[in-house]
Amino acid sequence: MMVKALVNRVRFIGNGMLNISAGVGRAAWFFIHVLSWGSGFKAPFKRLLQQVYQLGVLSLPIVLVAGLFVGMVLALQGYHILVGYGSQEAVGQMVALSLLREFGPVVTALLFAGRAGSALTAEIGLMKATEQLSAMEIMGVDPFKRIMAPRLWGGVITLPILTVMFSVLGIYGGAFVAVEVLGIYDGSYWANMQNSVEFNEDVVKGVVKSLVFAVVVTWLAIFHGWNATPTSQGISRATTATVVQASLAVLALDFILTAVMLGGF
Amino acid sequence: MENFAELVDLSFSRDGRLILDHISLQIPKGKVTAILGPSGTGKTTLLRLISGQLKPDSGDVIVDGLSVPSLSRNDLFTLRKRLSLLFQTGALFTDMSVFENVAFSLREHTRLPEHMIRDLVLLRLQSVGLRGAAHHMPSELSGGMARRVALARSLALDPELIMYDEPFTGQDPISMAVLVKLIRNVNDLLSLTSVLVSHDVEEALSIADQVYVLSHGRLIGEGTPEHVRQTDSPELKQFLFGHVDGPVSFHYPSKPLAQEVLPL
Repeated sequence: MMVKALVNRVRFIGNGMLNISAGVGRAAWFFIHVLSWGSGFKAPFKRLLQQVYQLGVLSLPIVLVAGLFVGMVLALQGYHILVGYGSQEAVGQMVALSLLREFGPVVTALLFAGRAGSALTAEIGLMKATEQLSAMEIMGVDPFKRIMAPRLWGGVITLPILTVMFSVLGIYGGAFVAVEVLGIYDGSYWANMQNSVEFNEDVVKGVVKSLVFAVVVTWLAIFHGWNATPTSQGISRATTATVVQASLAVLALDFILTAVMLGGF
Repeated sequence: MENFAELVDLSFSRDGRLILDHISLQIPKGKVTAILGPSGTGKTTLLRLISGQLKPDSGDVIVDGLSVPSLSRNDLFTLRKRLSLLFQTGALFTDMSVFENVAFSLREHTRLPEHMIRDLVLLRLQSVGLRGAAHHMPSELSGGMARRVALARSLALDPELIMYDEPFTGQDPISMAVLVKLIRNVNDLLSLTSVLVSHDVEEALSIADQVYVLSHGRLIGEGTPEHVRQTDSPELKQFLFGHVDGPVSFHYPSKPLAQEVLPL
């Protein structure tokens, strides 16, 4: 009895591991196939622009408003910590560095996963459920090139741009709270920021992070859509999986990338 | 007679259930081949095997001399430009108008100027009686109309082989009569090869040159419509003439009812 239970447990774990390996394999195979948008330039480029609009422009309101509030909160919290050391003039430096290095890439990627990632999964999942992807295949049009590739590249292009916009709005939000509300001299706010922010160290590394997040979030979103069980519950599960997995992947990758960029622990 | 497509000793199973069991059939070039059978006997699966969307467990699918299961992804897409499938659900692109749906493959695979695409699309829509609905969205169409648009779309590129999956389901009598005539005429005028999967026996037999009857994953009859109609096979007779009693059970395999609803 005991041995049987043990064997069953091992079998259960083994099956789970096999399923995970198969899933990772499928996702990797999928990723390689969706990189190419096929031949020609004009039509694929038009499709790419459509996706930049869908994923980027339509995400602007949530990203900009979030950026503004995150910047405002950072300034408020930073001021109350720094004032204890008499260093409240450094709040501009704190807001800018926090946003450019961490909050910008991470929060924008999380918002992007929720706003654009879930929409991508639901859209592709529904196309699968209504046989639109099959119809395309039968017409000799590869859905990987026609549907998936423009969405992947659209995500990769838009997320870094959204990240920069998030940080810029955050810095202005921080300036509003620090200068207008808390009464810090605006010259100190901007000068401290200017002295401490390094373009290559802070801005470029933040954008590199957001590029990595963009690839992972968009890849997961379109993969889950393509891999969804073609039922209403299947699409609902796939959408949830996208948001959960993409969010966790962003947070885990952020730690790894930060460690690598800082040159160790 | 030359065959455009051929299934050779083909078996296919899904989730451990055998759907097609060592099927061999030929689809002659230029003819209308009807594949009949009760619902759930693997007719649609068979079309998906021909188009390479599914791979058989064993056996081969040969289309125009090419073994479909062993084609690379690129070669498969090249072959598919010459095939067409009318889906049971229509499978129209929901974010495109009727016009754009029909124009889709023309835009993807040709470099025709816009005015020529417009004329071709309107001619295709005229042939299915829906030129007036060119600017409607698929959500504004009835099920039958959507199927007719899908038919116009599948004919857009003049395919060499066209596969119809239940084209008559949900059609009113007038549309049904037009479709029956259209499928036959299109086949003859454009020198296509047609495969028609259906359980509408009379309509299918009226236009087919050759018939195969599938039941429970096996072929239970084949031949010309006349030959099939004169069959002595009880299984085939039950299906063709819609008899309630016969070897084909109406019920999906299950435990006896008494055992299930009156457990001891």
